[in-house]
Amino acid sequence: MSGTTVFGLCAAAAVGLGLYGLITNPQPLRKIIAFNLLGSGVFLLFGVVGRRGAAAGLGNDPVPQALVITGVVVAFSATALAIALLLRLFKTAGSTTLSGAPMRADLDPSGD
Amino acid sequence: MSIATVFEIVLAALVLGLGIWTIVVRETFSATVGFVAYGLLVALIWVRLDAVDVALTEAAIGGGLGGVLLLGAAARLRDADLMASKTPGKVIRASAAALSVLTAAALADAVLLLPDPAPTLAPPAVANAWATGLSNPVTNVLMAFRAMDTMLEKVVLMLAIVGVWSLAPDSAWGGRPGPRHQADPNGVLAFLARLLPPVGIVVGIYIFWTGADHPGGAFQGGAILASMWLLTIIAGLADTAPVSRRWLRFILVAGPCLFLVVGLVGLLFGAAFLSYPLALAKPLILGIEVAMILTIAATLALLLAGAPERSAKP
Repeated sequence: MSGTTVFGLCAAAAVGLGLYGLITNPQPLRKIIAFNLLGSGVFLLFGVVGRRGAAAGLGNDPVPQALVITGVVVAFSATALAIALLLRLFKTAGSTTLSGAPMRADLDPSGD
Repeated sequence: MSIATVFEIVLAALVLGLGIWTIVVRETFSATVGFVAYGLLVALIWVRLDAVDVALTEAAIGGGLGGVLLLGAAARLRDADLMASKTPGKVIRASAAALSVLTAAALADAVLLLPDPAPTLAPPAVANAWATGLSNPVTNVLMAFRAMDTMLEKVVLMLAIVGVWSLAPDSAWGGRPGPRHQADPNGVLAFLARLLPPVGIVVGIYIFWTGADHPGGAFQGGAILASMWLLTIIAGLADTAPVSRRWLRFILVAGPCLFLVVGLVGLLFGAAFLSYPLALAKPLILGIEVAMILTIAATLALLLAGAPERSAKP
């Protein structure tokens, strides 16, 4: 088994782990981290496929690499948006639960 | 096919162990620290996969800025940790585990059954590098062959910042993002915030400039510039700018707008949308990249700073 395959199996496991954490962990911040773990596994799969496509003197196919660079930046901005939403929820409702508890609007007098 | 070295197996095991730790550990803060370490080790995997451009991006954005973002959120949500909602029941957890194992097994199977010889776009990317005058194939793909993706990604960044800003309460509308940071003016943090930025700015610009021919580019350089700005903000030496400032908004739209203008000019006078005239390809790409690195640095830093929380007026 080559090193690339080992990393490929590692990436597959990261996707599985991220999926499990995303479903079972009740805290939104932990869900965000798990989703990032899942995404990182998908990016690594791209890297493994690109590494196998090494040709023309390049060690890794440049097209999947460019896609992953774009993907990393998009994943970061999506994470930032999710965290901003979460912090706002915490400020407005006083908790970060997603289970439909009644909102405590009185905590934020500026309420909007 | 070479045999996996001990280093590769140990690295994969470490990454996997950190992944498991991130998911199962009790405290959110520990999970966050685990994820940052995971991100930095994944950057090493990218180096082993011979994708140094991605490794730089993963270390700077995935591990570095992403880590700061998650750590900051974990610190501010510490009280929420105490009133944690109840964990799902045994049935849900067992079905989730089964689903995850199935997904991972299917992907592992796909990895083991990948076609041999593997399809690749490396030869055409190298064969057409003459058209842009840049010799880093990844920069060529990002800025020329698939420039559409990169342009749309700039739009995504802009939408994300609009989304974050729209979460501001009425009283802080158009105000300064994040809390005002205080640090001991004679402390280590303030010292580093004075010492590092000049070096960091030079390194960031170098990484951007060398990206034409070697690993690097606007994303990686922009992330370094953003972290230098954030360092001075966290050390209390500078404050975040109010988001209603005109110059700030100009920087935020400079990258995608210049990209769009060049694309439309290509559509009107050239062969297609985003087609560069051959003689001008390199200067045009460099010009777009200069606008892009400013936009990327400002957007990443402001995404980290979060929604406006304080009124612009003192």
